[in-house]
Amino acid sequence: MAGSIPASATTDGGLWADARRRLRANRAAMASAAFVVLLVVAALLGPMVNPYAIDHVDWTLSPLASPPSFDNGHWFGTDSNGRDLFVRVWSGTQVSLLVALLATAVSVVIGVAWGATAGYLGGRIDGWMMRVVDVLYALPYMFFVIILTVVFGRSLWLIFLAIGAVGWLTMARIVRGQALALRQREFVAAAVTLGLPTHRIIVRHIVPNVLGTVIVYATLTVPQVILLESFLSFLGLGVQEPLTSLGRLVAEGTLEMETAPWQLLVPSAVLAALLLALNFLGDGLRDALDPRQA
Amino acid sequence: MNERLLQVRGLTVCFPVRRDGLLGPRRVLTAVDGVDLDVAVGQSIGIVGESGCGKSTLARAILALVKLQAGTIDWRGRTVRLDDAASLKRMRRELQVVFQDPVGSLDPRMSVGESVAEALVALEGVHDRTVADARVAATLAEVGLDAALCARYPHELSGGQCQRVAIARAIVARPRLLVCDEAVSALDVSVQAQIVNLLSELRRRHGLALLFISHNLAVVRHLCDEVVVLYLGRVVERAPRAAIFAAPRHPYTRALLAAVPHPDPNAGTLVVATMANDADLAPAQVAGDAAGCAYSARCPFADATCRTQRPRLEDTGDGQLIACHHWRSLPPRS
Amino acid sequence: MAAPLLEIRNLSVEFATPRGMVHAVRDVSLDVRRGECLAIVGESGSGKSQLFLGSLGLLAARGSACGAVRFDGRELLGPDPAALRDVRGTRVAMVFQDPMNSLTPHLTIGRQLSEVVLDRRLLGVEEARARSLEVLRAVRMPDSEAQLRRYPHELSGGQRQRAAIAMALMTRPDLIVADEPTTALDVTVQAQVLDVLREARDRGLALVLITHDLGVVAGIADRVAVMYAGRVVESAPVRDIFTAPAHPYTAALLASVPRLDTPLAGRLASIDGQPPPPGEERAGCAFAPRCPAASDPCRAVRPELRSAGKRDVACHAPLVRAGAPP
Repeated sequence: MAGSIPASATTDGGLWADARRRLRANRAAMASAAFVVLLVVAALLGPMVNPYAIDHVDWTLSPLASPPSFDNGHWFGTDSNGRDLFVRVWSGTQVSLLVALLATAVSVVIGVAWGATAGYLGGRIDGWMMRVVDVLYALPYMFFVIILTVVFGRSLWLIFLAIGAVGWLTMARIVRGQALALRQREFVAAAVTLGLPTHRIIVRHIVPNVLGTVIVYATLTVPQVILLESFLSFLGLGVQEPLTSLGRLVAEGTLEMETAPWQLLVPSAVLAALLLALNFLGDGLRDALDPRQA
Repeated sequence: MNERLLQVRGLTVCFPVRRDGLLGPRRVLTAVDGVDLDVAVGQSIGIVGESGCGKSTLARAILALVKLQAGTIDWRGRTVRLDDAASLKRMRRELQVVFQDPVGSLDPRMSVGESVAEALVALEGVHDRTVADARVAATLAEVGLDAALCARYPHELSGGQCQRVAIARAIVARPRLLVCDEAVSALDVSVQAQIVNLLSELRRRHGLALLFISHNLAVVRHLCDEVVVLYLGRVVERAPRAAIFAAPRHPYTRALLAAVPHPDPNAGTLVVATMANDADLAPAQVAGDAAGCAYSARCPFADATCRTQRPRLEDTGDGQLIACHHWRSLPPRS
Repeated sequence: MAAPLLEIRNLSVEFATPRGMVHAVRDVSLDVRRGECLAIVGESGSGKSQLFLGSLGLLAARGSACGAVRFDGRELLGPDPAALRDVRGTRVAMVFQDPMNSLTPHLTIGRQLSEVVLDRRLLGVEEARARSLEVLRAVRMPDSEAQLRRYPHELSGGQRQRAAIAMALMTRPDLIVADEPTTALDVTVQAQVLDVLREARDRGLALVLITHDLGVVAGIADRVAVMYAGRVVESAPVRDIFTAPAHPYTAALLASVPRLDTPLAGRLASIDGQPPPPGEERAGCAFAPRCPAASDPCRAVRPELRSAGKRDVACHAPLVRAGAPP
């Protein structure tokens, strides 16, 4: 039988390429993406641009806390201990982003594995797995973190572990819902009749088809994590000296709000801009990856 | 006498249906009720019936996708059980399926080539890229698709093309029996004919046996040597093609055939007088609970025996099976 | 001859998509007469559903229809929106393919039936109920009193479709447009539903039946219009279409349908290729790539719809007799 349909030479690249195209058409999302990249670059290069170290106290200033100025090299000013704010803000951004990315990565990995397995297997296993999630959800989170901090001391690793350990719960629920729906689709039945073992079906067929949703929620989780870390730092439970984070800086800035407002304004502005950009990007990704195409 | 590939005995599949308030008895829907089936090498069997007859559930049970309440499935002499991985693997290698929804039966995130290759890897263990690619291209050509379509994705193809891909995936590892679950029902009429011809051709070329499930009697007549008629989960008649279409015996088969409209304006309006009354009962009300013949509520010839005793599947002596108390005394079809 | 009940003139329907304008229906002209059943036959991409959705102002948000549609002399798509409002639902009713989608799941059948007349203040509550029972009996629904109190999910597929037809009959319409009304039904139930539609037609109702099933067409239609790629390619009385189709597509379609009433053939006479996706533009006849009798003029110039007696054909080389290609 002759090949009845002449095939065009190029494919449109599949669903990912389609999504990429739609994302590029979304100006707000692309601008946000560019802005996020800009902030990341600034965070990485910022501390190198300025000669001051993160904990170097500039005794030449009086008072120690001085407002932003181009003349004395302290472009964002200094904090109450005379440390350059420019370097500290960008270092802090680095830490915040690091915590956010690592914690999100942990929650994605655990959440997807848990949710996809529970959703695909269904029945009683799904029931038990999701009950575990429900129980963990019910635990008072702050209590948990405080106890951990008291027991293990304050460390960066602990922070992102604690955040990641809670973040995966929502991801698991979302993925489980998707997996339950996917289970009914005929291509999954086809995979079963091919004799594929369960783990291969989950990895090869379920996970790729939930990735769209996962990416969207991961992007929206990052700002949540940054806020959470900021909150912890604000409470004094976050990163410890000499490391700093955006949250710590905001906390310190609040104390000097009336006398040295720049100490609050600068880190808050960076934090707000980062969160806004990430949220716009997340929205854009959701629209681009929505399988209900025109 | 050809080797028997598939032997099904007493297949029963039930689904729980929550009913009767909080404390009432747990109702059960018997979707497939004691079905026997045989498929020999190269044979083509059609399973027909209307909605609720259990034909799709039967297909899924044979494919080991649902659990059996009772009954056995033997593949080439050895019993297949859901918990026996070795027997399952042996059967899956040689028994493949084509589903109803052409686009839905393909993973939207996998290209055509990847979908077909996956079958090759899973069933035959072919891991060499070049060998696999060559086999995939050859199989696609066999189903009438240009090899250049390998890189395309399901949503870029038409329904007919997707169904060809699904068929390619099903035959790439050279199965002996192909289960087609309403494989042409979702296609345009002109495309349906192409796929029916393709299936005939593949049968002829590879000696492929076919288990063709459909509600479209004309297509079944074209493709199948033998026809099994299901009603509410039970086999009511089984006969070779010529016999069942020319001289159906069971009242339900007769009603079914009489209701099919012919594309011939001179044929006159359909006489649906073989229906006893107008009540088209929802199958769930009757399935599994009927003490007597499942069809007795609609049958114009039903009497007290029919309503109380379940008819056995009897051999009429010329290779036909029928489950009816009165098949000997029914008037011939006018 | 009396004026047609529904006149469609040069109707085109197009949709705005991210990839540009898609023309689902191109320049279609059709008539529907009182008491007649017109069957519209076509495959996917033929535009058969969009034709009537467009005529009745039921297109999705991104669709637009242009052309003239007159019902009993009144222009429906003109500047006066009242015309469409007055006619739709009262004098013209529509029945869709999937009754589970066209019936509201949380309202009883009785409530939905009455709603049709109560909303427009055509009848009082008691009269509405009496009329509901009357239409349920007309569609041969068993146990009509009890059915009024039931919800759609409690009914079988065939009963739901009959309820949908009953809803259409509530206002005593002059025309019912049924879009694939029996496609989702079992064949025995289909026969009963077609009986109901036939009876309605016999009582003077005009019927437009949109379908791809030629068997159904043969049993109920008076005239048939065959659509391909958004255009009407052939239109003729039902007997002529089946015994002597003039357009190669009609002939090929008839030949490719497996039947129970003719001797078995070795191969089904299939048509190569596939129906074009909606909106595909090409020079010449849309069917040329698949037509066994296509020649150069077919690929260069699109054939216009020409009348020959009771039949219209759009083909450069229409078949002459008995459906045999030249």
